[in-house]
Amino acid sequence: MATPALPSNDLQTVRRDVASRKVRDQLFVVVGLLALFACLFSLLVLFSKLVMDGSDRFTWEFVSSFPSRRAAQAGILAAWVGSSLVMLVTACTAVPVGVMAAIYLEEYAPKNWFTGVIEINVTNLAGVPSIVYGLLALGLFVYKFDLGQSIVTAGLTLALLILPVVIVATRESLRSVPRAIREAAYGLGATRWEVTKDHVLPYSTGGILTGMILGLSRAIGETAPLITIGALAFIAFLPTPPLTDVAPYVSFTWLTDPFTVMPIQMFNWVSRPDPAFQSNAAAAGAILLGMTLLMNAVAIYIRYRFRKSINW
Amino acid sequence: MNEPKRPMPAGPATSVGMFASLRYRKARDRVVEALLLACGMVAVFITVAIVAILVSESAVFFEHVTLKEFLTDPLWTPLFADAHYGIMPLVAGTLTTTFVALAVAIPFGTTIAIYLSEFAPHKVRESLKPVLELLGAVPTVVYGYFALLVVTPVLQKLLPELPGFNMLGAGIVMGLMIVPFVASVSEDAMRSVPVYMREGSYAMGATRLQTALRVVVPGAFSGIAAAYILGISRAVGETMVVSIAAGMQPNLTFDPTQPAATITAYIVQVSLGDLPHGSIGYQTIFAAGLVLMIITLLFNVAGFFLTRKFREAY
Repeated sequence: MATPALPSNDLQTVRRDVASRKVRDQLFVVVGLLALFACLFSLLVLFSKLVMDGSDRFTWEFVSSFPSRRAAQAGILAAWVGSSLVMLVTACTAVPVGVMAAIYLEEYAPKNWFTGVIEINVTNLAGVPSIVYGLLALGLFVYKFDLGQSIVTAGLTLALLILPVVIVATRESLRSVPRAIREAAYGLGATRWEVTKDHVLPYSTGGILTGMILGLSRAIGETAPLITIGALAFIAFLPTPPLTDVAPYVSFTWLTDPFTVMPIQMFNWVSRPDPAFQSNAAAAGAILLGMTLLMNAVAIYIRYRFRKSINW
Repeated sequence: MNEPKRPMPAGPATSVGMFASLRYRKARDRVVEALLLACGMVAVFITVAIVAILVSESAVFFEHVTLKEFLTDPLWTPLFADAHYGIMPLVAGTLTTTFVALAVAIPFGTTIAIYLSEFAPHKVRESLKPVLELLGAVPTVVYGYFALLVVTPVLQKLLPELPGFNMLGAGIVMGLMIVPFVASVSEDAMRSVPVYMREGSYAMGATRLQTALRVVVPGAFSGIAAAYILGISRAVGETMVVSIAAGMQPNLTFDPTQPAATITAYIVQVSLGDLPHGSIGYQTIFAAGLVLMIITLLFNVAGFFLTRKFREAY
């Protein structure tokens, strides 16, 4: 306990101490803001560097040409078509499986060790390095299932990779639906699936969409697992078109076609010493980064809209 | 948003019709539940498949190479005529880049987390946090470009001896990449420290900084440790940045100014070539992958015990 009456020079010390602590407080605010802005600034530098380096390649020819040995004639046609088709396969598999797994864990699963095992697995899968998914796909899809180095292999590989993202996001949005909604529906005699399908799911659409877009934005930039399964960088043709003019008008041959994607194309160009190819890499990178940031912005916007429109 | 669709009244109001319909609905419920469970099992299946593939392919590898050679040979040249299978150069590369990345990510991430959680006004936090998270969304191949063509040239101005491929530039960029993960998870942990603990500290005359460092950070320690562990796993498993900017030569060194290959970069290097299925070179990447998984697992187990030891219950 301090003595009740401090001698005046001790009081001075305490005042100085308090003043210096307040200064340190202010200093920390400055340090914190500096750290934050250093990170945001590097994002800005990164984006403007890509745009500047690739500025003379933002032409229609770049988007509509196949890769070439001559940097000035090379383009990203095969890459962006490949990326789109791979994303289509990924979305069509990861989203249904992920959403259903999340519904099981959140709405159906009994609290027992078995559910615990599934939950631990989902958490752990989120921490598995992406290249390990590539090794899994190489051993399983490419050689065991004999799917080859094709679009369907790549799509499934990335689907496994983003499954935890979809599951976690869906669970969070299901959990935010109040119990009262479920109780009311049960009270009217609905079965568990009817409650989920007609009441819980419609309210969590926003969260599920957000998770789906964030997962896909991660998948579209992934390079390592696709290199591991043996994707090629030099593809000078397009996959078989999915629509044909003879019955049955749709064809799934494209699923087994070889492919390249945007990040692999960029990696191929960046690892060449010729600066002309590096400006190709920069242009491809700027487009890829633009797509990723756009997807993230859309996800943030959807989350914001749904949060605003729902008031429990 | 639209009102959720009302379920249709179930069947005609005669008792027979009602019961038939009820039976149908209950059966459908069971079918749906089985389907949902199957989807949940996919997660378990993936884990089992990863372990099975890595172990079975590595088992073939270890028939050719003894564990002693694998762990003690200082050379990793599996694709040369004079083949050596010592994993240590790759492990050294992985640990060095990870260390550099953490040296950037932990101070920046923690400072940002403390600022956002304890100091920033609500509006600042809500607008800057999503922008910060964009840093974690940038494709890693783009970060590789950044490390090779922006960060390394800048570093070469400071350290003229620095080679064009080096672990320092790659590590710094990896650190930048993990800052949002470390910051976001630590901030969540700090925000879950109850307000009354802060108020108790303020009532004793502590400033915001004192409260943050002596009450909030120790209180949230287990969550912050989890954030660091997450950062380590990210750094250990990161592939494209090191493949592009750190060079691909296995090099047994802990000096970050040297070029070196990491475990992940080696897997990429082999995959870019054309190795026949079943050759020893093909199996080396699974052995390397297994080592990668074991390192990640070790850090996660350490993190699990660390967080459990320091967990504070509120």
